[in-house]
This record gives sequence, C-alpha cells and structure tokens, in this order.
Amino acid sequence: MSLYYLQKIIYQLNRDEHVRQRYEDDFEGLLVGYPLEEEEKAALRKPDIGLLYVMGVNGQLLMHYAALRGYEWNEYLQSMRDGVAKYGSVRRGAGALSEP
Amino acid sequence: MSLVFAGVCSHAPGITGRYARADKSLRESLYAHMDIMRQRLEASRPDALIVVAAEHFANFFMDNMPAYCLGMADSYEGPVEDEEWLAISKAKVPGNAGLAERLVRAALEDVDLSYAQEWKFDHGVMVPLHFLTPRYDLPVIPANINCQGPPLTPLSRSWTFGKALRKACDAQPERIALVGTGGLSHWPCTPESGRINEAWDREFLDRWVRGDYQGMTGYSDAETYRDAGQGGFEIRTFVCVAGATAGCPREVLFYAPIPIFAVGCTVGIAQLDAV
Repeated sequence: MSLYYLQKIIYQLNRDEHVRQRYEDDFEGLLVGYPLEEEEKAALRKPDIGLLYVMGVNGQLLMHYAALRGYEWNEYLQSMRDGVAKYGSVRRGAGALSEP
Repeated sequence: MSLVFAGVCSHAPGITGRYARADKSLRESLYAHMDIMRQRLEASRPDALIVVAAEHFANFFMDNMPAYCLGMADSYEGPVEDEEWLAISKAKVPGNAGLAERLVRAALEDVDLSYAQEWKFDHGVMVPLHFLTPRYDLPVIPANINCQGPPLTPLSRSWTFGKALRKACDAQPERIALVGTGGLSHWPCTPESGRINEAWDREFLDRWVRGDYQGMTGYSDAETYRDAGQGGFEIRTFVCVAGATAGCPREVLFYAPIPIFAVGCTVGIAQLDAV
C-alpha cells in the first residue's frame, strides 16, 4: 500500500494547477505517473471517499479532493462514516495511531 | 528591542467561513475577544508579527517536511483556499525578509530551523490575521510547526523552539509580536468533525496559564490523538508560545466550544511587561 503516493497525487491536485489540468485532460495518464496499487487507483477514479479515508489519507488533503469531485461538506463527512462502516478502521497514517 | 507581545488564538476556517451558522452570542463574544487581542497587539507598537502556525499541506508535504520552518520573504499571499469557503478575500500580506533572516540565524544557534523564501498562507494564518491585522499593514513572519504529518516534533522541542524564538527576538532592534495559533482538541475533516473535548481543553489551558512545563509536554501523540483528535497535535503552537514567555503570567481571555467552528475557540495573552 503506497499511502505516500496516494496522498501525494491528492496534494498535487490540490496545489498545482498543471496537475489539475492533467487530471481534467487525461486522468488515466496522470495516474500512470504514480506507483499506486489497483485498489488505490480505483478509489481515486470512482471516487470512493470512504475507502480513501480508511486507507489513511489525511482529512486535510481528502476534503479538497472530495470538493474537487463535487462533494458538499455533509456528503463528505457521511462518505467517511460509510467507509468506516463498510471497510473497517483506518489502516494507516495519523488516523491509525493507537500505541501510547 | 525585544518581544513586545505574545498570545494564542484559534484559526479554524469555520470561525470566518461558517460564521452565519454559529450561535450569535458566542460568535460575537469570540470576535469581541479577538478584537481585544488586536487592541493589545496594536498597543505594543510592534514592527513585525511572527505567527506560529500549524499549516495544513499548503506548502509542506511529506516529500520534504520540516519540523520547524520560518518564512523569509518580503511578501506573502493567501488564502490558498476558496475565498467564499473561508469568507476571506485573497490578499497580499507584507513580510520582512531581512528581519526574518536575522531571526533564523539567531535561532539556529539553539534549534535546527528550516527557512522558506516562498510561502502561501492557508486559513491557519489568514483567520488570525483577519482579526488581528485586518488591513494587512503589519509585516508578518510566518513560522510553522509540523502538526499534520507524523512523526511529529516532541512537545518539549516546541517549548525549546519558543525559547529560541524569544532569544532571537530579544537580540533584534525591532519590536516583535508573537502569536501562536492552533487547535485545542478537535477532529477536523474527519467523521467526528465538530467533536470537542472541553474537559481536556480546559485542563491543557490550565497548564498553559500556570506554565506547567511537565503538564504541557507530557502528552504522548497517541494520548493526544485519543483524547483530542488529530487537531490536538496543534497544541505545539501553544507550547511554543509558553516556551517563549516562560516565567510570564498568562491569561485565557476567552474559551468556548463552538461545534460549528469545529473547535474550542480560544484567545489567550501573556503579560510580557509583568516580568
């Protein structure tokens, strides 16, 4: 699981207008440039916001991707709740901290 | 001169962006206390304002994540977010590259501090500035503590960073103000957005007011995450200001959980002239 690159493509979509233009012109071509697993690519394509959250994408990044894909705020929050219900707890990242 | 003002405040985007959905009396009380902070800041006649923030992937990402960074530019722009979402118009904010470079050189004697000559402000800086320097007429020097992408700097190091900043400020001829801005407990952008642990917040603020170093720096990240959410990592900014004002009396002017703002909204000030 390549959480780093999954977050990186979302970070660059949020902050780099050239990357966002590439997303609009050729999303599949953009995805080729990141070493992502098929499950991650599928979650980005769909988009499956709940699965991306469970995979460990930081909410400070994910909320902007959700907005880019047309989710309004409450829909975004509900998608994460649905994701946890469907896929289980957050697997990696800051949201998976548990050991004191 | 020296450090002439120090305080802390919240920066949640809802404070400006979702103002219409908040309880009116709470909201107006928060705004009134931010205005008191502005008046005290102005009364200190600062030449520059350091904002110690906890940015949210506006400039820094895990490809090269500094634990501590200071902005070293003559101007900045923000917010990076949608203007309507944040209800703050895009603006150019003056900086002071020369003073910032002197601060970096001085602080490097005590801490390993990065610098950045480009920096875009997100809500973490723009919300405080909206209230404290609404005309953007005071040069700002942004500082950042990584509070987003673990592994994070220990809380004790945030205190040390504050002490280093204080020493660096006191070595400059300019009058310098310092504002730390962050959560306390909050769960921003998560399924629990809006949750606030008021008891945890009040205990932390009690430690902040008393200058309780052990209490403020004793939380593990797992404990903070459990009790205060991912947003709780931002207490590093408050700990930094406590380090910069060690030995000074501190007071919390305002604290109230405002769920639609997704945080316990806080305004606090240190009394530098009391020492």
